[in-house]
Amino acid sequence: MSAPASTAKTKPATFDVRVLRQQAPGEPQRWERFRLAYEPNSNVISVLQQIAAMSATADAKPTAPVAWEANCLEEVCGACTMVINGKVRQACTALVDRLLEDKPGEIELRPMTKFPVLRDLVVDRSRIFRSLERVKAWVPVDDYFDRGAGPKESQKQQEVRYPLSECMSCGCCLDACPQYAKVEVRPHEGESPEAFEARQRQSLEGAFVGAAAISQAMLFNEHGTGKMIADERLEALKEPGGLQVCGNAQNCVAVCPKSIPLTTSIARAGRQITLYSIRKLFGR
Amino acid sequence: MAKQRVLVVGGGLAGLACTMKLAELGVAVDLMSLVPVKRSHSACAQGGINSVNDLTRQQGDDEWKHFDDTVYGGDFLQHQPPVNEMTRWAPRIIDLMDRLGVPFNRTQEGFRDQRRFGGTLYKRTAFAGATTGQQLLYALDEQVRRWRADGQVRVFEGWDYLGPVVDDDGVCRGATGQNLITMEIRSFPADAVVIASGGCGLIYGRSTMSMACNGSAVSRSLQAGAKYGNGEFIQVHPTAIPGADKCRLMSESARGEGGRVWVPRTPHDPRDPKQIPEAERYYFLEERYPAYGNLVPRDIATREIFNVCVNEGLSVEAGRQCVYLDLTHIERSELDRKLGGILHIYEKFQGVDPRDVPMKIFPAVHYTMGGLWADYVRTADGGLEPENPRNHQTHVPGLYAIGECDYQYHGGNRLGANSLLSCIFTGLFVAPGIKTRLDSQKDSVAEEKFDSLVRGARSAKELEHEALLKRAGSGGENPYLLHQQLGDEMTKAALVVRKNDQLTAGIEKVNELCDRAQNCALSDTGGWTNQNVMFTKALQDMFPVAKAILHGALARDECRGAHYKPAFDMPGIDSQDPAERHREAEAWCDKFEAKNKKWLKSTIASFDSRGEPTLSYEDVDTTLIPPRPRLYGLVGAEVIERVWKERAEAAQNNAGVAGTREPAHAH
Repeated sequence: MSAPASTAKTKPATFDVRVLRQQAPGEPQRWERFRLAYEPNSNVISVLQQIAAMSATADAKPTAPVAWEANCLEEVCGACTMVINGKVRQACTALVDRLLEDKPGEIELRPMTKFPVLRDLVVDRSRIFRSLERVKAWVPVDDYFDRGAGPKESQKQQEVRYPLSECMSCGCCLDACPQYAKVEVRPHEGESPEAFEARQRQSLEGAFVGAAAISQAMLFNEHGTGKMIADERLEALKEPGGLQVCGNAQNCVAVCPKSIPLTTSIARAGRQITLYSIRKLFGR
Repeated sequence: MAKQRVLVVGGGLAGLACTMKLAELGVAVDLMSLVPVKRSHSACAQGGINSVNDLTRQQGDDEWKHFDDTVYGGDFLQHQPPVNEMTRWAPRIIDLMDRLGVPFNRTQEGFRDQRRFGGTLYKRTAFAGATTGQQLLYALDEQVRRWRADGQVRVFEGWDYLGPVVDDDGVCRGATGQNLITMEIRSFPADAVVIASGGCGLIYGRSTMSMACNGSAVSRSLQAGAKYGNGEFIQVHPTAIPGADKCRLMSESARGEGGRVWVPRTPHDPRDPKQIPEAERYYFLEERYPAYGNLVPRDIATREIFNVCVNEGLSVEAGRQCVYLDLTHIERSELDRKLGGILHIYEKFQGVDPRDVPMKIFPAVHYTMGGLWADYVRTADGGLEPENPRNHQTHVPGLYAIGECDYQYHGGNRLGANSLLSCIFTGLFVAPGIKTRLDSQKDSVAEEKFDSLVRGARSAKELEHEALLKRAGSGGENPYLLHQQLGDEMTKAALVVRKNDQLTAGIEKVNELCDRAQNCALSDTGGWTNQNVMFTKALQDMFPVAKAILHGALARDECRGAHYKPAFDMPGIDSQDPAERHREAEAWCDKFEAKNKKWLKSTIASFDSRGEPTLSYEDVDTTLIPPRPRLYGLVGAEVIERVWKERAEAAQNNAGVAGTREPAHAH
């Protein structure tokens, strides 16, 4: 590695990775330690790939590869979220050099805390997508035929919508939120996947939708056609588990890997709900 | 008749577009995807999406020119009617995406903004920041969520497609799938199955593609009777950041804004690059292509970077292939203003500031041009017949292929910003045809008579899975290490510069790896979220596709698209004497015609039960635009072009008719 910035310091020959492992939902968690040879320019994904290839712990005991989620590895798909050295973030942009600078010799990986663990670092985040459904995060077009262009939009308006539309549903904002509580149901013996899914949906009724969904509601309320059902979104945000759950801790905006102005969206949602309630009170 | 359903495999742009259009037509859809659909690889596309628009029309642009740019860019290897139809649809598709809320960049007046892309003269590309793919994907995802909330669509995320269910008559009646968490294997009865599973870059080990782009859905369809078209055509992007885990794209705009590509003249020079004096630097693109410099076309840049590292041994690093892409001579403020976005990517993933230190880049596998062979029905005017169920059907009736995983549209080399278009187009276009198929079908797989077929398919897959788990530990092969070796072999043998002896050696080695992959020892034999066994299955299924790529490349003795076979190069003309130059140009054109006669053909690979490919060839429909040579960077290109035009005109006069070409668009 010839980049002077990172050759200046001597690198360790090896480093350890501690992973919080869990066999399946409801199983106990345990720590497992892996020892890896240092390689320049690696990230937590390549660390996990190395662990998969060796499948042995630091004290040379054979073990199953660590399960984790990843897809694009470019920080656009949102798949590889986990808690790394105590901070919820994407594993692909977690560079080993930086992590070892912060905490020499060891990297700690654990699953997100607000979602049910399926195995090791894999969690069930389907709740995020259910929340999008709850707030009707879409443009209600008539059909997919050729009806010409969409509504004209100013540069300013596009610049409001674009950053909101970069939300990759990764869940960082929710994991960091003190008001977003974990909801976990487990399949019963012999329960069909459909029945389980229905029960899961039920268990989420009234649970907080979280910053990501509130921000998406605002994204669609800002669109020329999307705003035609703005009231329905506001109605959803007024329901239990809606905006009023937010305690304004502002953790969400601090951890968002896309720097989405989540607290601005939340404030905007508050104003829209107030106006909507007044309108409703006076029968429009 | 029991209710009919369609299964769509893959939740990227193509799969989502197809799903929502089918839903609109009243068809019940099951959508199966390895990853939550919002995390599909389509999210990674940056540049934009092409279509003729109101602005370019006034500058003389039209759909035909977009069509011509596409087939010329693809080196004429595409059937022309599908491409023609796609470019006709393009403006409507951008409009639709606009209606669905995609935050396209705007002009000050509020219109959609457009930019220019490689391979065209017009500002045809609509874009949404540097994340156009992500924005388009989300808009389609939102529509599918809407249909899901309505109950018209069921979404199965985290399911792996194991293969089609084919009845005794060879008709596709659904598919089997496996849940990545519970490991449950299920049958998905369906009256048509649409494969929209994307590219297969993982066969090369590392690529710019996502971790789900392993080609397994395609391979499993091939092993059940579908065929593979133009497998050997793989687009390699010249500049990517090689990473331990994957390669990340470094946009062409870095060179467009003045970035210089170089290597130290001393192999693996250990000095800080900024300390290496000019005289000891080799600016190989500028030296070899003085007219184009660092802005040679993609395929040439790729070939030269590859050559300087692999053949001349001048890679910057000893253990890894890479060259410098240097922006450090440009003012910081200018870099921030023009290239801020992409420099941020380098910083984020390399932890090094490219404004201070030259970037290290290398070509990377970027797009799968080949794919499942898919049929089409042309109209008299050279488009596709709407609502015809044969459009995009594979060799297995009822099994369809769309998006990056089908072989149409791109030919030998993809035109930038056309990939998003082809995915959305095929998704939308194929849906009414499938509806026609369902309407004309006399039965539905939901009927009782198909129960045993569906159950049988499921238990066959369960047995395979059990066998794989049981064999664990006996063979001793590590699937992850085998995958690395496969990637290394494919990269060595079948990237941009291709030599027959290397390809022959590659085939032998890949065959050997294929045999070894049958003896993988699993480190996890559990029945819950076993990523180890799923990876091993995907690895084993990479081999048929890898073999098709290698065999196709070995057989194709020519240079076409981005693929360069030095032994079959057609060098330019260097004579100074005008008469001699003309004679040489005539000879060049003769040779070009002879080459096209032999090789202007689609490669079709079919597979035996062991996954071994056999090749055959299919003529390409070039009736709309006659092929002409691509002459980028060739010495003497002007004289060859002149002679070629004279010959084309003479041929037309002899024929006495203009054929199917529209005279207004004569080139």
